[in-house]
Amino acid sequence: MNLSDVLIQLLRGMGISIYIFAVTLIFSLPLGLLTAFGRMSKNIIISSIFKLYISIMRGTPLTLQLMVVYFGPYYIAGIKTPGNYRLYAVMIGFVLNYAAYFAEIYRSGLLSIPKGQYEAAHVLGYSKIQTFFVIILPQVIKRILPPVTNEVITLIKDTSLAFTISVAEMFSTAKALASASTSMLPFVAAGILYYIFNLAVAHIMELTEKRMGYYRE
Amino acid sequence: MYVLEINDIKKGFKDGEVLKGVSLNVGEGEVLSVIGPSGSGKSTLLRCATMLEDIDEGEIKYAGETFASVQHGQKNYINSKQLKKANSIFGLVFQNYNLFPHMNVLENIMDAPVRVQKKKKNEAREEALSLLEKMGLSGRENSYPYMLSGGQCQRVAIARALALKPKLLFFDEPTSALDPELTMEVLKVIKSLAKLDIAMVIVTHEMEFARNVSNRIIFMDEGVIVEEGSPEQVFNSRNTRMKNFLGRYIL
Repeated sequence: MNLSDVLIQLLRGMGISIYIFAVTLIFSLPLGLLTAFGRMSKNIIISSIFKLYISIMRGTPLTLQLMVVYFGPYYIAGIKTPGNYRLYAVMIGFVLNYAAYFAEIYRSGLLSIPKGQYEAAHVLGYSKIQTFFVIILPQVIKRILPPVTNEVITLIKDTSLAFTISVAEMFSTAKALASASTSMLPFVAAGILYYIFNLAVAHIMELTEKRMGYYRE
Repeated sequence: MYVLEINDIKKGFKDGEVLKGVSLNVGEGEVLSVIGPSGSGKSTLLRCATMLEDIDEGEIKYAGETFASVQHGQKNYINSKQLKKANSIFGLVFQNYNLFPHMNVLENIMDAPVRVQKKKKNEAREEALSLLEKMGLSGRENSYPYMLSGGQCQRVAIARALALKPKLLFFDEPTSALDPELTMEVLKVIKSLAKLDIAMVIVTHEMEFARNVSNRIIFMDEGVIVEEGSPEQVFNSRNTRMKNFLGRYIL
């Protein structure tokens, strides 16, 4: 097996990794915001439910959560899942897990906005929805960008956990290639590819942070 | 007709009653200053009048329309649709400005007229620029609040409130966060507004200013209005609490 074969297969795996990464972000970022609202709800039952959800997601291994999502439907409810459920299970697991982490980041951001901003908006006649989207959220986004960047970078590396339920993303591919060729090369190549992926994402986040730097508090 | 009528409002917090039955009326174009020691309930009065706090009892009317009424525990607040209209009756200038840091000066001033009052953008922009000129801030329209001094921020905040064309403007200790020089520039601006047809209710610790600019002064202490009248009447009052309070302002 030569290097270009290895690379082609790894890049195919990387495509799946990027896919998991993108889907997770697209769904978990808004879901995290809703979760933060649930967690901050004045209704004690609602806030307790979301608190428990966040606590379970943060308190158990992601690998285990992926297995529960994948095997759970059959072993718990007796539902036969279709063959392509693997990839869906991975994405559901990641979205649920990352939404919990993002929820806590949103919550910290929301709590950090001074009460006066809400009061000024109220006196000026903004509706609650306008206040949130026009006044509060833009400021929250700027404040939470650094911790979100942290999570996003962790997510890139976490996509390799899809390996647990045999989804052929980059890490699973590298492992298969390595055992087939009894060589470390696929791992080294995969490591480099993960690193490049991370550099690109970190760069994008840095640009976003710069774009938000047009004002200071 | 009065712009604002407040009838016997009461408001308590966990650690006791702050307003113990306060009534006051403000006529069109009238300038009213509210003075008194810290903790006397001046700011709470303003927060209740601007609907930032609910009242425990009493009645608040703007231009004859009841905004809040709580009688014997029976609460009547106007609904949010009416409140939206109502918000263009009064404006509030905060002690710490509360400008929106992510908007530049122009956006701070014209966003509410466009978004809340559905004014045309061009029109709102023209008005915002002319307000900035009146505030002595021409050329700063593209600055962000963090680039401005406290006095400039407060003048932008005044312009932002004026942009909605209120009939009544409340000031909650507008110069308390400013040094003496910046205080003067803000007071000058407020004084220039007194000539316009807008009623003003100013909570302040600037006694000379209150004396110069007001038609009427209210002295509050321990949750009630102790003294009320023209600046001359109030500053020459024989009331001991009033005299003690004013005594602290004279070296």
